[in-house]
Amino acid sequence: MTTIAQETAPLTRRKRRWEGLPYWLILPTVVYMGLFFVWPMIQGFGLALRDESGNWTTSAFQTMVDDAAFGDAMSFTFLLILVIVPIQFVLALGMALLLNAKLRGAGIFLYIFLLPLAISDLAAGIAWSAIFTERGYLNTILEGVGVLEQPFIFLDPTSKTQLVMVVAVAEIWRSTTFMMVILFAGLQGIPRDYVEAAEVFGAGFFQRIRHVIFPMLKPSIQVALLLRLIFAFEVFAVVIALTGSGATVLAAEAYKWQATNENEHVAAAYSMVILGLSLAAAAFVLVVLRTPRERRLR
Amino acid sequence: MALPRIRIGRLLAYVAALAISAFVLAPIYLITISAFSSFDAVYAYPKNLLPKEATTETMRVFLESDGITDSLRRSVYVAAISIIVCLAIGTPAGYAIARFSFRGANAFQLALVSTRAFPLIIIAIPLAVTYLRVGIDDTVYGVAMAHIAFTLPLTVLVTASVFAGISYELEEAAMTLGCSRLSAIWRVALPLARGGIVASAIFIFVTSWNEVFAAAILTFRDRTLPAQLLAALDTSPLTYRLAGGFFLLAPALVVIFIIRKYLLTTWGRVAR
Repeated sequence: MTTIAQETAPLTRRKRRWEGLPYWLILPTVVYMGLFFVWPMIQGFGLALRDESGNWTTSAFQTMVDDAAFGDAMSFTFLLILVIVPIQFVLALGMALLLNAKLRGAGIFLYIFLLPLAISDLAAGIAWSAIFTERGYLNTILEGVGVLEQPFIFLDPTSKTQLVMVVAVAEIWRSTTFMMVILFAGLQGIPRDYVEAAEVFGAGFFQRIRHVIFPMLKPSIQVALLLRLIFAFEVFAVVIALTGSGATVLAAEAYKWQATNENEHVAAAYSMVILGLSLAAAAFVLVVLRTPRERRLR
Repeated sequence: MALPRIRIGRLLAYVAALAISAFVLAPIYLITISAFSSFDAVYAYPKNLLPKEATTETMRVFLESDGITDSLRRSVYVAAISIIVCLAIGTPAGYAIARFSFRGANAFQLALVSTRAFPLIIIAIPLAVTYLRVGIDDTVYGVAMAHIAFTLPLTVLVTASVFAGISYELEEAAMTLGCSRLSAIWRVALPLARGGIVASAIFIFVTSWNEVFAAAILTFRDRTLPAQLLAALDTSPLTYRLAGGFFLLAPALVVIFIIRKYLLTTWGRVAR
């Protein structure tokens, strides 16, 4: 006993000297996030729920809801999500499977597929507006091949359906990569033997996806959908760049109330709505894609 | 029997990969040729799908227009400040997670991950109010501080995963050879983590360079490039918007090339 204690004594002493070290190392991050993340968020609640003199009030929310743009922003945001996320999920899964298929030239495909990840929503909106505008590239092509007689107005401010579709295309283009990266990382965690075993027993491509890849990929799917839905409520610059004032979304309203109307209370109320919806979406994904304990693979 | 089926599958895979590539590249290609064509060509209809003559007229006029070089400079400053501060305070935290098991390590990690559920919009508006009160509204520092709050958690998580991939035994060996703990980190762990840290820096750069909402809310006159472009969207000519859009998008082409491997290995895993 004593000898062991003597032997380990220097070690524990050395350990003790460094015991506080990890806390010192994380301290700056904790302080920074406290000051610039947690505190502003608490302040945000205050801004949304209190007036100038500090009394609790729901007047900011009242103003927000009474504004005609609120309903428009809400419905446009939700419509976008309903159109974008399912298409995007299938596309992202397909792209991840393609990258995983070890095609010739995989390096080039990888580079191209990843490009939109580093492109801002504003740049995406501007690029796609050059395509969709009346005197733009899409009309040039469609007229060139004879599908159209005269330019079609894709960005018609009176047609909500068209605006949703156009913004959806740009958003699918921009943000599918983000899901793909997460799904691809998940795919790489699936042992090849499993897929090969299924193949040996005669599972076709879609059967393999449905019965082997899908269940094993579930955690990644969950994360990808979760983050994608959270970010979907932030959609902003693409919509403004493509539709001008033809359509509005929640984040654009928050921006308008803050920057143009200079009413930070209503802007904060909008941001609280965005927060609430993000968290609800996260909870929704976690509940819907929950794996019962007895069916967990790992 | 099975052979032709596999071949057809392969063929379809190539067709799909090429089609998706075309979809991804088309807007990038079109905005690039627009940005490098003459004013007349930008406004012409039908458009040229192939570049007729490359001219820098559109780009030059954009870069010479009011406040653009300043906003460009500010965008670079904001990104640089974000990178420096994020790495300076995030890397040590990442190291702590990777190397020590301490009480609260899991809670700390979980807190960092959960910050992702909170959109930047939520902190941007209160920050704008605070900045006005403190007097740092309309400054590069103000914008950078918001960007740091957004990128710091991921920086910590990514660097943690980078350090976790470097064997601790190398540091121990350095310490038995006379290095102190800190000099072992400095001389052994950090150089080995360099690649991953550079990837983090690039990721921070991209996020900051692209960020529109907070930048547009925290600045009024002295705007960053995306904020400037956003504010000028409905008042500026098409040539200005296209050139600006290209400028905003161009770094992506280089950046993705540098960090493509890291994106899939480290980032894809950590992002969850």
